[in-house]
Amino acid sequence: MEGNKKAFYFLLTPVLIWLVLLIIIPHIDLFVSSFKAENDAGTLVWSLENYIEFFRDSIYWRTFLNTAMYAIGVTLLAFVVTFPIAFYLTKVVSKKYASFLTLLLLIPLWIGELVTIYGWVIILGDHGVINESLKWLGIIDTPIKLLYTDLSMTIGLLYMSMLFMIIPVMTTLESLDDSLIEAASDLGASKWTIIRRIVIPHSMPGIINGAIIVFMLVIGDYVAPNILGGKSSLWFTEQIYNQFLSTFNWNEGAAFGFLLLMLSSAVIWLALKLSGQKLDKVGQ
Amino acid sequence: MIRSLPSSPLYKGGYTLYVALFFLFLVLPLVAISVLAFNDSNFIALPWKGFSLDWFFANTDDRLGLFHDEDLLISIWVSILTATAMAILSTIVGTIAALLFEQEKFRFKGLLYFFAIAPLVIPGVILGISILLSSTYVGNLLETKYGIDAAVFSPGFWLVVFGQFSFGATYAMLLVGARLKKFDPTLEEAALSLKATRLESIRYITIPFLKPAIIGAFAVTFLMSFSNFNTTIFLIGSDQTLPVELFSRIKFSSTPVLNAVSFMIVLFITIAAVANLFLSRNKK
Repeated sequence: MEGNKKAFYFLLTPVLIWLVLLIIIPHIDLFVSSFKAENDAGTLVWSLENYIEFFRDSIYWRTFLNTAMYAIGVTLLAFVVTFPIAFYLTKVVSKKYASFLTLLLLIPLWIGELVTIYGWVIILGDHGVINESLKWLGIIDTPIKLLYTDLSMTIGLLYMSMLFMIIPVMTTLESLDDSLIEAASDLGASKWTIIRRIVIPHSMPGIINGAIIVFMLVIGDYVAPNILGGKSSLWFTEQIYNQFLSTFNWNEGAAFGFLLLMLSSAVIWLALKLSGQKLDKVGQ
Repeated sequence: MIRSLPSSPLYKGGYTLYVALFFLFLVLPLVAISVLAFNDSNFIALPWKGFSLDWFFANTDDRLGLFHDEDLLISIWVSILTATAMAILSTIVGTIAALLFEQEKFRFKGLLYFFAIAPLVIPGVILGISILLSSTYVGNLLETKYGIDAAVFSPGFWLVVFGQFSFGATYAMLLVGARLKKFDPTLEEAALSLKATRLESIRYITIPFLKPAIIGAFAVTFLMSFSNFNTTIFLIGSDQTLPVELFSRIKFSSTPVLNAVSFMIVLFITIAAVANLFLSRNKK
């Protein structure tokens, strides 16, 4: 039908403009720019220089590996910390409180990362809430160094990303029939066995979805490592920011960006492969 | 361990304690920010020196309250404008994309859908730098080849809007798409058999059905834009958005006025969330 064709192109055109201009072309540009560098005469030519530089200077690849390992660690931590909460909200607490508590979970998310990270600066600082409280209680005389350490950075990264673990896990737990747990319990299974054999396998799709989003957010975060991290807690995004906003070597920055994109894609691909899921499901 | 099964008091008590500690962890930064916004002190630190509204209203040499701090007020205004433009664009294109992917069949649909959901798993920094690279490239090309100085392609308000829209549309698409899955296609078939065109049936049948999801998508993308830092920082011109302004103040010149502005955000989000809870309850 003629009208259907018109409607189809009416729908297709804006979507194509969005995806081609803002997703596809920029990423091709990122890829191309990363293989260009200035020669001695100062003109841009094809070159592997940006990638050679990455391996030549150990600070770059060390930071890269450090960030990757750290992000995996925070992702595991987010799962361990939030899984009991997701279970509590879906299976334990009465429905009346569950909706209120779930709302409470979402509030920090909408308030935004900058504000909540700033909150942690106030809490963890030398004259912050924790140190002043301990002093007031007479437990310490001089402040403990909490801010600008790996600990404060971990807290910040966990705080800003953990919600993205809870929500998908809650969604899968809601579809778990309580009678399965009751049956296992009647047959004498211990709590640990029920969690290991029934609850976790059932919520696996949610856990994988959550892990993918948490990993991606942590690996690409700049605010928490930069504000809360110490001098030793180098984050790879900081290298990208430096190349773009301080030293203005955009081609080197493009190479770093492309490596980060490859790293996050590889980990996400692996997680999807191992769990037999498709990318389509991640958004749900 | 679940509502219907008995548990030992020790298990129950321990579990409840863990959940309580978790929620304390969740709200602690927000409480700390809010309380210290009213501290009569020039430093963002304890001890408590008495209640004061100075950090909202004062205009003296050593205290500049929020409502006299022009840079901060301007950045809030810039953020509101950016978020409004981004949310309108994202909601429109996201809704169109949802209609396209849910209701149309065409070649390369799977590939196109892959690009549409890719922003979920692309770190924000990468979107920022790749859009910066390609817009700068196009801008330079226009200027050197045709002598056109197109402001849209250099860092500034519109580039920020487009950069945030590149992922905002994805979230709007998923939110609207989730509701579209529940749409009864016979409604549209009825309209079509009554000689409505496809576009008319979208306009008069589908869109009204999607309205709650469209409003939701607008709210979600607005808040995403309002708190975005990672993508924005690369695309920003001279007009700072609130998160960028907050970031530089936290790094270089923090006074309790930051608590005042953060408190306003916390207050606004909390009221909106509670109102939303009551509204959705009344509907049931």
